[in-house]
Amino acid sequence: MSYKKNEDLDSGPGGAVMDKMTVFQDCIAGFNSSPIQPRKCRVLLTKLTYLLSTGDTFARDESTRLFFSITKLFQHKDIALRQMVYLVIKELATSADDVIMVTSSIMKDTTVGSDVVYRPNAIRTLARIIDASTIQAIERLIKTAIVDKHPIVSSAALISSYHLLPVSRDVVRRWANETQDTVLAQKAFPQAAYGGAAGGGLGIGPAGPASSFMTQYHALGLLYQLRSHDRMALIKMIQQLANAGSAMKSPAAVVMLIRFVARAIDEDRNMRRPLYTLLEGWLKHKSDMVNFEAAKTILEMRDSTDTEVSPAINVLQLFLSSPRFVSRFSAIRILNRFAMIRPHNVNVCNIDIEALINDPNRSIATYAITTLLKTGNEASVDRLMKQITGFMNDISDEFKIIVVDAIRSLCLKFPSKQASMLSFLSGVLRDEGGYEFKRAVVEAMFDLIKFVPDSKEDALSYLCEFIEDCEFTKLAVRILHLLGEEGPSTAHPTKYIRYIYNRVVLENAIVRAAAVTALSKFSLIDDASVQESVKVLLTRCLDDPDDEVRDRAAMALRLSATEKLIAKEYLAPESVPSLGALEQQLILYVTGGPDAASVAFDISSVPFISKDQADADQFRAKTMATLPILGASSIDSGSGAGSGGVSPSKTPANIGEDYAQKYASSLAKIPELQAFGALIRSSRPVPLTESETEYVITGIKHLYKEHLVLQFDVQNTLPDTVLDDVSVIANPSTADDGTEPFVEEFIIAIPRLTQESTGTIYVAFTRPSGEEHAYTGGIFSNTLRFTSKEIDPTTGEPEDEGYEDEYQVEDIEIGVADFLVPTYVGNFQHMWDQLSFETSETYSLAGVSSLSEACLSVIDSLSMQPLEGSETPLQNATHVLKLFARTLQGGKVVALVRMAYSAKTGVTLKISARAEDERVAHMVVGGIA
Amino acid sequence: MGQVLGRVLSKLWGGDKEIRILILGLDGAGKTTILYRLQIGEVITTVPTIGFNVETLTYKNLKFNVWDLGGQTSIRPYWRCYYANTAAVIFVVDATDRDRINTCRDELKEMLNEEELADSALLVFANKQDQPGAMTAPEVSQTLGLVGMKDRSWSIVACSAIKGEGLTEGLDWLVEVIKEEQL
Repeated sequence: MSYKKNEDLDSGPGGAVMDKMTVFQDCIAGFNSSPIQPRKCRVLLTKLTYLLSTGDTFARDESTRLFFSITKLFQHKDIALRQMVYLVIKELATSADDVIMVTSSIMKDTTVGSDVVYRPNAIRTLARIIDASTIQAIERLIKTAIVDKHPIVSSAALISSYHLLPVSRDVVRRWANETQDTVLAQKAFPQAAYGGAAGGGLGIGPAGPASSFMTQYHALGLLYQLRSHDRMALIKMIQQLANAGSAMKSPAAVVMLIRFVARAIDEDRNMRRPLYTLLEGWLKHKSDMVNFEAAKTILEMRDSTDTEVSPAINVLQLFLSSPRFVSRFSAIRILNRFAMIRPHNVNVCNIDIEALINDPNRSIATYAITTLLKTGNEASVDRLMKQITGFMNDISDEFKIIVVDAIRSLCLKFPSKQASMLSFLSGVLRDEGGYEFKRAVVEAMFDLIKFVPDSKEDALSYLCEFIEDCEFTKLAVRILHLLGEEGPSTAHPTKYIRYIYNRVVLENAIVRAAAVTALSKFSLIDDASVQESVKVLLTRCLDDPDDEVRDRAAMALRLSATEKLIAKEYLAPESVPSLGALEQQLILYVTGGPDAASVAFDISSVPFISKDQADADQFRAKTMATLPILGASSIDSGSGAGSGGVSPSKTPANIGEDYAQKYASSLAKIPELQAFGALIRSSRPVPLTESETEYVITGIKHLYKEHLVLQFDVQNTLPDTVLDDVSVIANPSTADDGTEPFVEEFIIAIPRLTQESTGTIYVAFTRPSGEEHAYTGGIFSNTLRFTSKEIDPTTGEPEDEGYEDEYQVEDIEIGVADFLVPTYVGNFQHMWDQLSFETSETYSLAGVSSLSEACLSVIDSLSMQPLEGSETPLQNATHVLKLFARTLQGGKVVALVRMAYSAKTGVTLKISARAEDERVAHMVVGGIA
Repeated sequence: MGQVLGRVLSKLWGGDKEIRILILGLDGAGKTTILYRLQIGEVITTVPTIGFNVETLTYKNLKFNVWDLGGQTSIRPYWRCYYANTAAVIFVVDATDRDRINTCRDELKEMLNEEELADSALLVFANKQDQPGAMTAPEVSQTLGLVGMKDRSWSIVACSAIKGEGLTEGLDWLVEVIKEEQL
């Protein structure tokens, strides 16, 4: 038998459009005919694969019919046909019923000699059709295949095991020893040797470089999954393999190992030093991909020091002048990300990066420019801006957007450079471009106006100019809204009235309506002549052909005739509904069915937030978007059973996220808690146990006006035990004067927590009453108490008798952070000057190894909003952190933290706080310890 | 020349045509053992068949395509998927299993009522004769109600797959019937 290139296939799948039903009928007829014609069937199977892989699906009964007709092909011994059969069964395995019918036939194929070409196909298919009840039958078989001398068989078995993890983790776990052996067995993938022995003459095709050790990669991936529950074993595995030196033949496997290292560093600070040494070693590895991965990991390490990052930067710098596009691209991309947070470390590469500005590959060039924008000092910004202006004309819109985004974040970082950036932005705004591009530019200018007060006047006039000739209604509307918001408070509001009224004359109805609303806001200005002219203009709008425009104008006129305070309430409200909550409530209302529709929507059910707060939310979202997410690159855990990525509590950026909003609805459903009134503040969830323990518990603090509710989310990770009457005994600490400030009210326990499930316990306290206790905190020691009952393996029911048990978990502290709400404010200095009471204190943080780490810990423990980008230190030796927050009662507090770092003494910091209330200032200053 | 003649002859005798045979029966009756005893002449260790085994074997110049379908309750419903174009059914009975002989009868009856099997011959193996207390062929035949069957060629043979006794007799009968009726 010989294999010839099949002409039918060349013209078949790729070219002609195939009809699904014709293929289906042909298949049923072809596969059921006798005797089997292997070549014809192969063509049919190919067509089927083509359909399935291009997104066609078959109904369940059709799939099942196809499947059963395909099983008939097992009677034929044709090797190539058998391979095709396996490919198609793998595709159909999820959509057809009763695929278990081929088990016996496949198992027979998996036990043939390892030189039979379809054996790996059989193994891979087996993993798709097996379920938890039959997995034990194949255990031996897979184990043997994993250690098979042939790498392709071995790889197939390893990958199958990986896919079987979600089916039965416990069974697969028993294959760990075989997997471990395979990692270091060094089976070289042959180039094209496989088919010869099988007599089919089927070469494997170009199987990659001559010495590919892919099996090692597969084995390592599986081994990691098998060990992922045991941190010590993982560390041991990493160290063992890292020191195996030349035994790690597959660069892909090394790259994966590096990712494991990244995760280990992230999870355990103590491992950082030894593991860093490994990373540094890999920078000199002979494979490029290993170099890149090691460099990337080093740069992504949290709070890395300059000495740590510099070898990685040096390696990347060498790649910048590589003749290969892909190397240059990888290097500049990694540097670009790093430059976002630590521009001064990338400075050294500036000369090489400048050379890339004119790179024939546009992606590289764009990255080069945006990197330079960050690494350049303030002085070089102007020069770069000039360079980009020439560059902007010959790149496409999407690259322009990248550049504009880079400039936007630059604006927020160097507010003093706003003039040149603004003129650049207004310049590109005049250029040709699509909606997305223009939107990016307008957004950037909006940000400038909002966060860099000095730029306001100029930016507004550029925007006015833009709407004079703006083809995008959406943008015009947004700009008009902004003019209405900002215009009245500028020095010359009348200037904007003219621009706005021009729109009323020249534009379509949507823009006109927006213009009328904007115009109406000018009627609030304390100047009779302005009020009078706005009135005249609005009166003219009453003749507009569009009713929405007329309505708005009429309402504005009516309001301007009423008392000023009322008008203000409607035209420029102090507080706005929280948009997220509003959306949620509206969705509930709309999906509520006829019952809900019979009453009007109750707007008072939506929480209102102040303008300040809305601004802060927006600002946070913006800075989050411009900063790359730090931390280890997440490793795809395929089976979905992995331990997940970086735990959110470690990322500083989500401090102050509105947890209260998140929990409010679930708390409101509990009748006992409703009496407490509105929820004021919720803390973020804090783990109270290690994440690998039998019972995983996280705690959340909810503050009400007079009460405190501790929420404990308890997860029972044991597969064979249920917990009854689960409660938490939370003991508050006694105050200095011997009284107990917090009095327990009640506990809402979990009646039964089944195996591998999660439940929630609430413990409610009365807060110390009276003004003098407004900021009284405390420490709660917590004990989990429950009755443990094992599950009878025969019946699956829990046994009647259990035993009572207790489990000590970590304390919860009510401290400074719980009384403060991080709030954004535009002008720190102004706020600082405004507040009268000041106090300060000096601390020395010995255990802290960098300024950025100190910043994070201060922000974290005080729960205050960092301002003016001061959360990222730009120098290594000294830094000033500026913070602002409001107390739960709405009082303002600002803090100025000056810090200095030296390698000998760690970080020394002096915190000065100013507040309206003496106690608040003291509390903040004392809150760092 | 001789080769050509041989090929023509074998065509005449249906040598190229594959004859489809199903081996059915309750679980543990010995179907898989019989299949491989016939194909490779050895007794192999078997595990319960989840699904089916299919082998080609040549006997007396005829090429058989033998399908051994699993006998577990969960798999029996799928037997029907393989009924089409079947020349003969070999129904294997565990002659020592008196408890389930009635189940055997019901399954057999239901199977023979299938339209697609109307023209198929039936060979019943009363297997496990090597064991003490095994029912004899007439006994089995009586219990299964074969005797009254008129519209089908059938035969019952006592056999022992382990010892290899009775299998060839059964197959010989099958070959005769098939040659007579279908070629």
